[in-house]
Amino acid sequence: MTTAAAIGARARASERNWRRRLGSLPTHVVIIILLVIWLIPTIGLFVNSFRPSTAVQSSGWWTILFNPSELTLQNYSYVLSQAGMLPGFVNSLFISIPATIIPLFVAAFAAYAFSWMDFPGRNVLFVAIVGLLVVPLQTTFIPILELYASVHIDIGPIQINNLNGQFLALWLAHTGYGLPFAVYLLRNFMGGLPREVFESAAIDGASPVTAFFRLALPMSVPAIAALAIFQFLFVWNDLLVALIYIGAANPQNAPLTIVVANLVNSLGSGWWYLAAAAFIAMALPLIVFFSLQRYFVRGIVGGSVKG
Amino acid sequence: MATVTFDHVTKRFADVVAVDDLNLEIGDGEFMVLVGPSGCGKTTSLRMIAGLEEISAGSVRIGDRVVNDVAPKDRDIAMVFQSYALYPHMTVYDNLAFGLKLRKVAKQEIDKRVKDTAAMLDLGKLLQRKPKELSGGQRQRVALGRAIVREPAVFLMDEPLSNLDAKLRVETRANIARLHQRLKTTVVYVTHDQVEAMTMGSRIAVMNEGRLQQVGPPQELYDHPVNRFVAGFIGSPAMNFVDVALTGQGADAKLSAEGITIPLPGRFRQVVGPTTDRKLVAGFRPEHLELGETADGAARVDVKADVVEYLGNEEMIHASAGGRDIVAVVDSAARVRPGDILELHVAPGKLHLFDPETGATLVAERELLPA
Repeated sequence: MTTAAAIGARARASERNWRRRLGSLPTHVVIIILLVIWLIPTIGLFVNSFRPSTAVQSSGWWTILFNPSELTLQNYSYVLSQAGMLPGFVNSLFISIPATIIPLFVAAFAAYAFSWMDFPGRNVLFVAIVGLLVVPLQTTFIPILELYASVHIDIGPIQINNLNGQFLALWLAHTGYGLPFAVYLLRNFMGGLPREVFESAAIDGASPVTAFFRLALPMSVPAIAALAIFQFLFVWNDLLVALIYIGAANPQNAPLTIVVANLVNSLGSGWWYLAAAAFIAMALPLIVFFSLQRYFVRGIVGGSVKG
Repeated sequence: MATVTFDHVTKRFADVVAVDDLNLEIGDGEFMVLVGPSGCGKTTSLRMIAGLEEISAGSVRIGDRVVNDVAPKDRDIAMVFQSYALYPHMTVYDNLAFGLKLRKVAKQEIDKRVKDTAAMLDLGKLLQRKPKELSGGQRQRVALGRAIVREPAVFLMDEPLSNLDAKLRVETRANIARLHQRLKTTVVYVTHDQVEAMTMGSRIAVMNEGRLQQVGPPQELYDHPVNRFVAGFIGSPAMNFVDVALTGQGADAKLSAEGITIPLPGRFRQVVGPTTDRKLVAGFRPEHLELGETADGAARVDVKADVVEYLGNEEMIHASAGGRDIVAVVDSAARVRPGDILELHVAPGKLHLFDPETGATLVAERELLPA
């Protein structure tokens, strides 16, 4: 009797389960269709990067389904060996890493001061910095090019004449372009940290510098990580700024984006290499994103105050 | 250990006066509770001791030292915040050790003090956990521990129990009292809960609207409130207040309102003087209302019970007398039912009289004390 009832109950429960699944089926179907539509161009590009140039020029990527044997690595080997992708990759790293770290560091200091230190003109300054977000970076090219051209530094071993074409030029430019947003985002995050934690630290004997390094910085890791991803992707994918400040002045310092752009020669041939080059260029951002993405999801502030 | 002194301290935020000419002396080793409704200036006063708020006028002294311009870290104080303010990315051990490390205390000494404190607060097994892995009560103990481990001259506590549930609050209340007996450090404790104030304080300072109303041991505040605000704030449920008219003279003088007749107790006669027809406010506590025949000289209150709350050993009666709400607490054996007409009385010694304009008590505290 009891077993029969139990079996009946279980049957009813599994039926309810099935109904629920059936009910959400249309949603899932729509989501899957959207995902496929969204991904098709990327999949096509990915497939094409493995097809020989003749095939790319004569037929669509989906024909691979009928003729899988035509897959080849020759695009990748050409791009990596002949087209200067490897030096470009190294240059891109050499540009992107400092151009991410420097503005983050400056912005973190600024954000802490704007959030937790009292000084006259604090709000006016903050509004001014945030206001800079609306300035298009194109308007700064000519003044900064002129400024860089006029740089003459001669201190012992450091001798710089004309900053254009140097990595330093790009680091400074990207720092400037990235700072308004970085300061804005970090200030909002740090300003939201519990005030009592800093007051408690002040009573415990922490100076503002200690409070910054021991409390504000570790507690802001989620925001800093998010910002690091944004800034890194922006710099890594940047063609315009690199073209202006490095471009013709010093081609051996050119980042990946310039190398890829140069793959297509002036007559328009060679574009079938772009797919392979694009995937090489994409690899690192993907790694960066997936290794830092957990910081988007999980906050670190939990447990500081009640809750 | 040290005394804390407020000397004509005023704090202004823009146009608002948060603390107005506060004079208060907190003795060495005393457990002083600052109590009052929200916005009364109690937390601001505490934060001025800590150095987290600047002082607009007057001076604050810790021991013999004026600390107006001393940085919080150099005041030899420790503070427990309402929100605990633990460092979220540090373990309990590091939370406790943080202040000592910054003060460059030797490693072994830090270790010893952290472990002693942890043992005192029963945190020994939690030392390697992070705050988010702790329950509310455990976090609260870590916050206490962070103050104790520093061995400061003064503990400042800003509503440290208000985030705990009722049961834990009662337990922790006793724990803090025990710690104070053991450490004998001066404590300044801020709360809006008069029960906490009454149970914990060696003395209580009642504040309202930035002004100090009365300072004294709990019993003095309960028995001899200096004004209507203190009378209503201390004691739970709150004191009943009734507008009454004074008529008659000498031994015939009486206070009356609809349903209420109070022969003027002898000790008030002199204060009131020969004037008749004066308006006053009578106050009596719910727990001082008694059921049954009114004795000679006692105040009589005729009421109709509206709601009766059964509390086990007592009943709380919400009643009305001539349209006014009266609350009485009586023995639950009386079995009062809603709708009952009751005759309540108050012993003359339990009656308070206040001036309706100023709210001040009619009899100065000293005269009220038994001769």
